[in-house]
This record gives sequence, C-alpha cells and structure tokens, in this order.
Amino acid sequence: MKIHEYQAKTIFRKYNVPTPKGLIAHSVEEAVKNAEELGGPIWVVKAQIHAGGRGKGGGVKLAKSLDDVKKLAGEILGMTLVTHQTGPEGKLVQKVYIEDGADIKDEFYLSVVLDRAKEMPVIMASTEGGMNIEEVASKTPEKIIKVAVDPTIGFQGFHARELAFGLGLPKAEQRNFAKFAKACYDVYMDNDAELIEINPLVRTNNGEFIALDAKMGFDDSALARHPEILAMRDKSEEDPSEMEAKEYDLSYVSLDGEIGCMVNGAGLAMGTMDTINYFGGTPANFLDVGGQANAKTVAKGFEIILRNPKVKAIFVNIFGGIVRCDRIANGILEATKMVDVNVPVVVRLDGTNASEAAVILKNANIKNIITATDLADGAVKAVKAAKGE
Amino acid sequence: MSILVNKDTKVVVQGFTGKEGTFHSGQCIDYGTNIVAGVTPNKGGMEHLGKPVFNTVKEAVAATGATVSMIFVPPAFVSDAVMEAADAGIELTVIITEGAPVKDMMFAKKYAQKNNMMTIGPNCPGVITAEECKLGIMPGSVFKKGNVGLISKSGTLTYEGANQVVKEGFGITTAVGIGGDPIIGLSYIKLLEMFQNDPETEAIVMIGEIGGDLEIQAAKYIKENVTKPVVAFIAGQTAPKGKRMGHAGAIISGSAGTAKEKMDALSAVGVKVCATPAEIGKKIAEAMAK
Repeated sequence: MKIHEYQAKTIFRKYNVPTPKGLIAHSVEEAVKNAEELGGPIWVVKAQIHAGGRGKGGGVKLAKSLDDVKKLAGEILGMTLVTHQTGPEGKLVQKVYIEDGADIKDEFYLSVVLDRAKEMPVIMASTEGGMNIEEVASKTPEKIIKVAVDPTIGFQGFHARELAFGLGLPKAEQRNFAKFAKACYDVYMDNDAELIEINPLVRTNNGEFIALDAKMGFDDSALARHPEILAMRDKSEEDPSEMEAKEYDLSYVSLDGEIGCMVNGAGLAMGTMDTINYFGGTPANFLDVGGQANAKTVAKGFEIILRNPKVKAIFVNIFGGIVRCDRIANGILEATKMVDVNVPVVVRLDGTNASEAAVILKNANIKNIITATDLADGAVKAVKAAKGE
Repeated sequence: MSILVNKDTKVVVQGFTGKEGTFHSGQCIDYGTNIVAGVTPNKGGMEHLGKPVFNTVKEAVAATGATVSMIFVPPAFVSDAVMEAADAGIELTVIITEGAPVKDMMFAKKYAQKNNMMTIGPNCPGVITAEECKLGIMPGSVFKKGNVGLISKSGTLTYEGANQVVKEGFGITTAVGIGGDPIIGLSYIKLLEMFQNDPETEAIVMIGEIGGDLEIQAAKYIKENVTKPVVAFIAGQTAPKGKRMGHAGAIISGSAGTAKEKMDALSAVGVKVCATPAEIGKKIAEAMAK
C-alpha cells in the first residue's frame, strides 16, 4: 500500500526526521488559509498523488505570495497530472500540500528498501538528488552508496560512517546525516515499510538535512498490525475494478488488450498472458482467482472482465490444485445466468476434478463456450475467437 | 534417489488441526507421505488424522524423530513457527502459508540459517518427490515418477510444467515450489546443485517470474556448474512495468528483473528458454532425446 507525501511526513516527524512545515488542503480557500498559517515568505504548492515525477509534470510549484498560492492551488487542484509513473491517462489531483519553502544548498537522495539477495534492508544514498535515480543507477552507479543493515544488530555507527564517507560529507555534517539515516531505518523497520524514498533530501546552508519529499510504501501482509497506517489508505488513488476484485479475493490488473483472462495462480496467469501474446493476441487483463475460487468469485470475475468494452473474447485457464475444476465449471454456468456473457469464452480446465468439470460444461450446452484441451490450444482458440474467426 | 524428501522422511505438521492443515495433511497422508505427528498448542495428547498431536515441536521431535516440518499456521505466526522448528533441530521446513510479513521472514530466515535448517517458501506449493512424499498443496496425481527435476516460483505453473512433462511420456524426480515472496528459503542455485548431484535427475525445468534477479544468478551458476540440460520459462513478458501481478515477486520496477533480461541471461548459458509455458513439455522431450 502506498501513502501520500504529506502522510509519510507525519510518520517522519514522529521519528524526528526533519521535514519542512506543511499543511494539507482540499480546496483553494484551504490552501490560502494554510499558507497564511505557515507564514511564508515563500511556499511550495505540491500535488498529492500516488506517483513520482510530480515536479516535471507540473504538479509542484513555488509561490512567492499568497496570490501565487491561490493561483497555483487553483491550477493544480483538479488537474490531471501526467508523469512517467502515472501512465498516459494521468491522475486527478484532489489534494495539495502547502509547504514552507526550504533553504537549499544542494540536493541528495536517500532510500531504504529490501535487498532481496542479502535479505536485509539496504540504505541507498547519493549526492545526485533531485534526479531520476534509475538514470543515476544506470549511468553513474558509483554515485549510489549502498549500505545493508542486518536487522539482528540494527543500524550501527559504522553504517552511518560508510554512508557519510561515501557521500564525502565534512566532519561537521556527519552526525546530522547519521541521525537522519538512522531515523529513516527506524521508520522502515517499525512500520513494516516496503519502501522509503526521499528525493530530494536537501542539505541546507547550515549543514542540516531535510526530507523535502517523502515516498512510502508498505508491506501489505503486515498492515493488519498497523491500523494507523491502514487508516491512511486513499481509495480514490486505486483502480476501482482492482479494488472490487480484491474484496472477492481476486487479484485483477487491467491491461490494454482484447482477450480477458481468468486464471488461477499469479505465475500461470502471467504465463497465460504471455501465451496469448505468443500466438498473436493481446491480453486485456491479469486476473488471478486464487486458491479459494468458487461459483461466486468466478461470476464476479466475469462481471469485472466484461465491464471492459475492449474485451472480445475470454480465456479461462485453470489448472486445478487446491482449486477444483468442477467448482470453476459451476461458476461459469452460474456466471452465464448472472452476467450477460456476450463474447466467446474459451475454457481450459485441467488438474483436480477436470473430468467432472468437462461433463458439467458439456451437459450445460451453453452457446459461446469453446472448450480447449491444453494451454496452447486454449490460447490459439481465444486469439481466433477475438478476431471473430 | 531424489532430492530433499523421500518415502522415509518423517514429517511433523505445524498447524495440523486447523482447516488448511487438516485438509492438506490428509491429502499428503493419502499420497503416502510419512507424517508422524502434528503440533497445535493446547491440543497435545489428542489424535488427529490418526497421528499424535503435540503442544510443541520439541516434544514431537523427541517422540517421533521427525526431521522435516510443514507449516500451515496463520501468517502472523509463521516466523514463530519457523524459529520453533529451527530450535527443535528440524532439518528442513516447508512453509505453505501465504501472507507472512516480510520483516518477520527476515528474522526467521536468519535464525533458521544459524541453526542449519533449510527452509522452502513461504507462500509456495511445497515440495513433492513423485510417488513417495508430498509436502504441500499440489495435486499429487499430476506428478508421475521420472527423471526430470522441477524448480518453480509459481504454484500453478509447477503443475502445468509437470503435467506437460508427464504427457510427453516422462516424469518427475522432485518438484520444488520455492515461492515468489521477497524473502524465500531454498532457491534456484541450491536446488540446481542438488539436482545436478542427484543421479536420478537427467534434466531440469526451471520456472521463474519477473522481479528480482534470482534467475540471473541461477544463469551464472548454471554456466559454471550444471551439465544436465535445463529448460526454462520466465512468466511476465507481457506484464506492464510498475504493476504488481499477485505475487510480491511478480513486480517490475525499473529495468531490472524483466522477463526479457532473464530469458536472455539463461539463453546465453545454453538453457533452452520457452517463449510460452506451453513449450515446456516439448523442450524437455527434445532434451531427453539427446
């Protein structure tokens, strides 16, 4: 789960990670009121969406007067912000964060993520702040300092020194940076974060470090023990179909193609998309019905897939392990009663109770249903069906 | 021969009496798995599925000599269960449970390593040595005995791959679902080494996914150490960047961990890479014919 910058900063403040003062606003009036309260003389008006690259997309602007704040908040609120992370459709801005302008000497970068190979958190820091870090990583990887922290010993002085010397900080600033990095590590561990990214992290002319931006993501599996973080969830930032699917224990991601997919298991679901692509078709979605699929969830899956007007055919590909094929077959029958399935449905059911399932489908004798013997056969038939052949 | 488990392996199930534990343990016993005990706190002394239940893993090990454990406890209790198994001297634990917090696994895995306990999973279908020992949730009937080893991040692709191998007239020595979580136990390299050293295994199927770089590491290992033919499929060629596809492992962020990158790395070291999982059986048949 992701949260907004202003929410991440409230967590940061609890851990004494220095951040500029700021207040969230949902309207232009509120934005101006916030700016007055902060006092100025300069402010930054920042669009709050769950995507990076807001500055480049025109979602972060400097205001030098209250009139500026009013004008900029008016422009940003309600705009559809397109960044390299939002996709071409962009995201609607519903909140702006009004923040004190900061004294900036130069810009650094810092993040905390899991190093999968070492199986511990790694702190990444760079003097090349304010830029796209993926670009820095590919062009000048030596400018990114990586320090992994074994959670069984926690963040130690030597970790801090490795970072500070790696960044070439003078002695007077090392302590400040050490405190900053340790606090970030603590935020990461205490809150079961998946990612903390501060870009830019600014150095002031006094040699202090401030988190000018803040991006946080959390381990979904651990949210149950962090109700205060779960409360920060902004549903308006999530795809409504994906959210609805989640309520039924379905995992759904919409894509651009024409063939709707319903599969059990994430790996097979991706493998099915790849197979459709291999035979010249395009997948319209990723849909994993999971291990507990039943008639109700299958029907819901059809409903969600069919809501996409681009879908010209559906490929149901189930390899029954825990999921029993007869249940899926019954689900398909039920779905055809509940939902108007107006496109061809290619069905491939294999594994647990596959023969029972075949009988169920055969006896039902539903138009639009095409049975397939294996994965390749199913994909080929689905591609043909989508082309109207 | 086979790897990791066989018909003589003595197994204790943690979370034995719960709904999932009961259903799948029953299936494992039917398959022939030598489950000798179960553990559920406060149910010690009772009998379940014809096997004795203990309050602690230590008691179960002392009474039965179990060396392998299978875990079905709820996600919040997984790390505790793993550490309990390690502390009790278990040699291998297979963690089926989905949704264990990553931070918990960081600590649990470190403790397991300290106690020389191997782990598989979490969030995985488990391990099966065909027609001998099933430790997990896979449909046993798919796995016929043969000479192909299988390693997979994905559950259902494990079944798909094994099914195709069997349909081509071959079979499986051992199949291992390693899981797709950010932190997992045994991974490709260690398992490739085991299959390379297993005289019964003649070819290896390796199924990966987008995200992370385990498959790239595996490619480097194969180049230096594996002489048996390897057939691979990497799921997610069509997955869009930055979108999470169900598994935590199945996410691409930036350029690292794309399917193409992994496929290229594997091809470069002589692995037969499939463009679609539908080719796994065929490519194994070709490899076995040589």
